Amino acid sequence: MNIIELIQNKFPDLVVSTHDQCGDQTVVIRKEGIVTLAKFLKYDPELDFNMLTDLTCVDYLKMNQEPRFEMVYHFYSLTKNHRLRVKALVEEKSPEVDTLCELWPIANWFEREVWDMFGIRFKNHPNLKRILLYEEFVGHPLRKDYPYDKRQPIIGPKN
Amino acid sequence: MENEYTPLTTSDDALDSQSMLINMGPAHPAMHGVIRLILKLDGEQVMDAEVEIGYLHRAFEKSAEQGNYLQVVPYTDRLNYVSPLINNFGYVCAVEKLMGLQVTERADYIRVIMSEISRVCDHLTCIAATTMELGAFTAFLYFMKAREFLYELVEMVTGARLTISYARVGGVKADLPDGFKEKTLSALKETRKTLKELDLLMTRNRIFVDRLAGVGIISKEDAIAYGITGPFLRATGVDYDVRKAEPYHVYDRIDFDIPVGSNGDSYDRYLVRMEEMQQSMRIIEQALAQMKPGPVCVSPSAKEIPGAEMVDEAKMGKTKGLMELGAVVDPTLEGTGKEHQKLIYPSGTPNEKKVMLPAKENTYGNIEGLMNHFKLIMIGHGMAPPKGEAYFPVEGGTGELGFYVVSDGTDRPYRVRVRPPCFPTMAAFHKIIKGGMVADVIATFGTVNMIAGELDR
Amino acid sequence: MVTGTLEKLEKMEQSNLFAPGFFTSKLSEAIGWCRKFSIFGFPMVTACCGMEYMSVACSHYDLDRFGAGFPRFSPRQADVLFVVGTISHKMAPVMRRVYDQMTDPKWVLAFGVCTCTGGFYNNYATVQGIDTIVPVDLYIPGCPPRPEAVMDGIIKLQAKIQAQGIRSTRVE
Repeated sequence: MNIIELIQNKFPDLVVSTHDQCGDQTVVIRKEGIVTLAKFLKYDPELDFNMLTDLTCVDYLKMNQEPRFEMVYHFYSLTKNHRLRVKALVEEKSPEVDTLCELWPIANWFEREVWDMFGIRFKNHPNLKRILLYEEFVGHPLRKDYPYDKRQPIIGPKN
Repeated sequence: MENEYTPLTTSDDALDSQSMLINMGPAHPAMHGVIRLILKLDGEQVMDAEVEIGYLHRAFEKSAEQGNYLQVVPYTDRLNYVSPLINNFGYVCAVEKLMGLQVTERADYIRVIMSEISRVCDHLTCIAATTMELGAFTAFLYFMKAREFLYELVEMVTGARLTISYARVGGVKADLPDGFKEKTLSALKETRKTLKELDLLMTRNRIFVDRLAGVGIISKEDAIAYGITGPFLRATGVDYDVRKAEPYHVYDRIDFDIPVGSNGDSYDRYLVRMEEMQQSMRIIEQALAQMKPGPVCVSPSAKEIPGAEMVDEAKMGKTKGLMELGAVVDPTLEGTGKEHQKLIYPSGTPNEKKVMLPAKENTYGNIEGLMNHFKLIMIGHGMAPPKGEAYFPVEGGTGELGFYVVSDGTDRPYRVRVRPPCFPTMAAFHKIIKGGMVADVIATFGTVNMIAGELDR
Repeated sequence: MVTGTLEKLEKMEQSNLFAPGFFTSKLSEAIGWCRKFSIFGFPMVTACCGMEYMSVACSHYDLDRFGAGFPRFSPRQADVLFVVGTISHKMAPVMRRVYDQMTDPKWVLAFGVCTCTGGFYNNYATVQGIDTIVPVDLYIPGCPPRPEAVMDGIIKLQAKIQAQGIRSTRVE
């Protein structure tokens, strides 16, 4: 079964592009449709993606790609044993995406991590706060414009 | 689900006089030093809990973007420091997938053997920590004894006990040393003996069973919704194992079973881990039997000349003609003669030349090897996968360990993302311990096998 | 540790000046001797080095031979703070607090290169050596240090504790 074709036929105005490089089936979509698509992926009996394996973000600042951010979702189906990568485009100006917490509770922590590291907000997220770093930290370290060794210690010398 | 994420504070009006807030960790012996639990207690019962992580955030993902592709390997050692070899192989497999490289058969077998040794270490440590936190210090010493035999094997192959950096894109660093098979078999024998003793000591031990059985239960549906994998998921009755579902390396040629639990409680997780160790040892024995001599890495084609001879020639200034030659090297880098040493360099495509570092004899012995080495090491000239992205899952000690690598076509990874296997488990942890006793938090936490290095990265 | 020479002692014993089994010493040396063989450590185990700490503490390498095998997880009861593993900026206040809670005399042992200098984690999240936060008595380098290195470090720490003697505060 070709998952990409299925999604393209189902959501023709949502899909921006697709590819299957290295055998990973990938769909790039507009960010507005992520909840709709995720619902479809989860509840469609033929696809049955019951597991959200991974959720992350990539900052394309250095590659001069527009828009700057891409949310990357990896889905896996335990019953059908297939995978899908969905990427949602997020602009720099208003980095906000709808949350997937309602569908997969694990999205809660993954999205908190993305907020912590990239500063992308999640609409309707129940508890959006930093997870790996501390509240005093200013900035989002995995953004490409954050210096590698810019330290913000709570105690100890500043350097 | 609702009201689940209300932050817990002392000024909370909802906090009636019955309940109290207690802070567990991060400097708590059973929290492995890096987890903070805020528990809302009613007497001994946990009414609510909040998990705070991040105390070991070491910026793996940012560090990985700084150097070239091979320089990420040492960082991956320190992700899951209980089974570093699996991390190594997971990362290089992701890069190989991106480059479209196929490693040699022997390298795949070596990867399987080393991964499984690592997995046994991982499970041993996990159960050892659990038992120690439950007060069974003797059992802890037994487990560590068994682990020490396996560490000796790891040291024999890689040169280091823990932070091994053994994997290379395109193969492994060096071949297995002489006498590895015999030593492994005897180490496995010792491990089995220890495990049998422990089985007698623990599995039907009344105190141990009472502390674990029926504690920390998670349902199958919840586990899947939280994305939990590995022994934790298998204890609930789902037989998902990446090694079976999407066989990588040469797992499809090896016969092994996936132990599955039924209750999803701490005791089932203990049993699943105990059985998995037996299966891992089975895999090691099969792989050792099936393995054939051969090259351990992809590499350029070359004419052959013994390594020591080449170095001697070069030292005397007789470099003429050496440029076209490749050294026949000892794959263990030890310098003794080996039967299979002639096979180390098969012919390869020019593309592969841009991946593997040349053998040390080549680097020191001739200008071509030196240049090849230099070109791979120098920033801006090293191995450069094509522009794109790849996700590669392997079965880590705690579950599905995925590496997502994005390349921009240069010699530095644009982004390396790890899918840490114990992250989902910790995300679900507050749900698992809710309603239980404070003392059960410790027992449950032990069986989660939380490894801070990969949890916080 | 015995102040007199052997001959002197023998002479004393022969002259029956003291009953057999007595010996003389300086108080400071006796206290140093007691202290160095009963190291109660607070293992602040955060990261990879913890695996080697486990190995050292267990039967194969047996740290107990040096009197340092008994971990105390209460800072009030501990003499030596073993900082085992990377300390991030988020963890730093916690570690400082544990150090402050320990009673004098106290020593700090930096276990592994991350605690010594930050190691290869030269980034935004990690403390570049715990000596920027607490005074360190002994550094054990290595990533992670081998058990043998740890034992060597413990012996050196013992020498330091012995030298400190009766003084309750650290020798700078």
